[in-house]
Amino acid sequence: MSTSHNSTSHLNSSHLNTAPNFSDADGFYAALTDAHRELDRDQSERLNARLILLLANHIGDSTILQEALQVASELER
Amino acid sequence: MQKTYTNPVYDYRRSPDQDATSTPHHPVIIVGAGPCGLAAALDLALQGIPSVIVDDNNTVSVGSRAICFAKRTLEIMDRYGCGERMLAKGITWQRGKVFFQQEQVYEFDLLPEDHHKIPAFINLQQYYFEEYLVDRVNEFAEIDLRWKTRVTEVATGEDQTSISLTTPDGDYRITCDYLLVADGANSKIRDMLGLESKGQVFQDRFLIADVVMKADFPTERWFWFDPPFNPGQSALLHRQADDVWRIDLQLGWDADPEEEKKEENIRPRLQQMLGDEVEFELEWASVYTFQCRKMDNFIRDRVIFMGDAAHQVSPFGARGANGGVQTVENLAWKVARVLRGEAPPQLLQTYNDERQHGADENIRNSTRSTDFISPKNHISRVFRDETLKLAKNYPFARSLVNSGRLSLPCAYTDSPLITPEQDDFAGPLCPGTVARDAPCQIGTEPGWLLNQLGNRFVLLVDLGMPRADDLKQELQALADLPDLDIIGVCPAGMEQPAAADFPGLLISDSSGVIAERYDLQPGSSYLLRPDQVVAARWRDCSASNVKQALRKALGFELENAA
Repeated sequence: MSTSHNSTSHLNSSHLNTAPNFSDADGFYAALTDAHRELDRDQSERLNARLILLLANHIGDSTILQEALQVASELER
Repeated sequence: MQKTYTNPVYDYRRSPDQDATSTPHHPVIIVGAGPCGLAAALDLALQGIPSVIVDDNNTVSVGSRAICFAKRTLEIMDRYGCGERMLAKGITWQRGKVFFQQEQVYEFDLLPEDHHKIPAFINLQQYYFEEYLVDRVNEFAEIDLRWKTRVTEVATGEDQTSISLTTPDGDYRITCDYLLVADGANSKIRDMLGLESKGQVFQDRFLIADVVMKADFPTERWFWFDPPFNPGQSALLHRQADDVWRIDLQLGWDADPEEEKKEENIRPRLQQMLGDEVEFELEWASVYTFQCRKMDNFIRDRVIFMGDAAHQVSPFGARGANGGVQTVENLAWKVARVLRGEAPPQLLQTYNDERQHGADENIRNSTRSTDFISPKNHISRVFRDETLKLAKNYPFARSLVNSGRLSLPCAYTDSPLITPEQDDFAGPLCPGTVARDAPCQIGTEPGWLLNQLGNRFVLLVDLGMPRADDLKQELQALADLPDLDIIGVCPAGMEQPAAADFPGLLISDSSGVIAERYDLQPGSSYLLRPDQVVAARWRDCSASNVKQALRKALGFELENAA
């Protein structure tokens, strides 16, 4: 397994996976924008907050969450 | 206003020191007879060190103030001999409700773990806590408690400290080896020495009110975020002794404290909070602000700061008095051994190392609670509010709701006094953590493990050893150490060896809880400090390992230690 070059070799469970992982990427993106379509900015902000909290709990692992926060924060600098 | 409690008045008594021809000297002088100062005197007395306490007042806390006392604090009080009285008077609760805006979001039940003498915490007004400490202090001839005695001057030096005192009938001066300072958040001694406590001031005000309900009200903790009766702010209700209920109302920074304290302004708010039909009487009210801050070093020469004088936290999570008592317990055994010449003076510096770590943890936790309760910006408030909305139906979000995290003792895992883990053990009791309680049997009497520990080093050893003679030899080699007692744990079902053959105390683990909590196997042994902290543990009991860990725990391996 250590010499394998397939995509699962760097899918270490304790690190953030930044390789494609969606079962339906386009479908998710459409659902995400649809969810916001009828909302004003304030409502969208609240929806996003709930979404982050739900997904963060699903991930759970502190290392992965820290790495995600870091990647997301770096793009703002 | 206050009807359920009358503050005792303690008499000022002239001290023989005032008539001495030369300056009297004491090993330890303690400034401040609050929870920490009184605790320090008791801890030292239990370890054979006399002390003088001076306090500028002549009574206990005015108002309920600190009301939540955590398990660890009560275990320490139990070691001092006043825990049971506090437990009997205090309120134990385990159910609570959380509200957001108009509605109840969820309720909880803390479901305490079985097989502990002391519950996770009790609610008890600070005046009772202090009164019981004073009563206990008065039972010790080693403690000289001087009321109405105020420090006016401090002169520190490398060898001793000198203080000037003023009393209702004159001034005098005394010197000491160590001055322990527990004179509160606005420590005058700290100011006199030009020292600072640095950190964060929170721009917020809270009103605390004690009320007596005239009818039954459930023994639950209720916490409101953004309730209709206090829009945009928070509120807390919980029960104390004597059917007194404590209410904390967040007021915001712009509130006028004098106006808010008036009964005609408090009453309508509380009525809305408790419901129109509830009758109550107001006992006491106060408005406070708070800070999270600490001193860079709790020690200056031979002056040692404890409690709020050394480190101050926000009230959420009840870490002020609880954290304070834990600093005291960390310090007392070290001072005692340095004074007796059994440990190098460098040992005292580890009080600062270990308790800076504790203070950091307490400040971090109470700051996080504060930030959840009063979000500092728009997006923090969004996350907070959405967390509360999710919490109604989704249990995961309840783990994020933070109205104060229960105070737990910190672990000194990285302390230079602790022998790092080398053997393979399961469970949370690694070196540096506080011992856990468990039921035990001493002869035919039921007892508690923690009541057998403390005040001196203890080697706890599992006697279910197949080669009992080898173990006996190791234990005999430790039997003569003056500051170490041996406690042999007989596993459930094992016949106890004859007491005369054993160089220590024999206890039975008849319920098997000790073996489970300490992950004991035959020969497993724990070295426990006088503050009940695990200094080292091994799978085998070896006299040379124990002696070395003991040396380390006493500070002989610190840099520059003799």
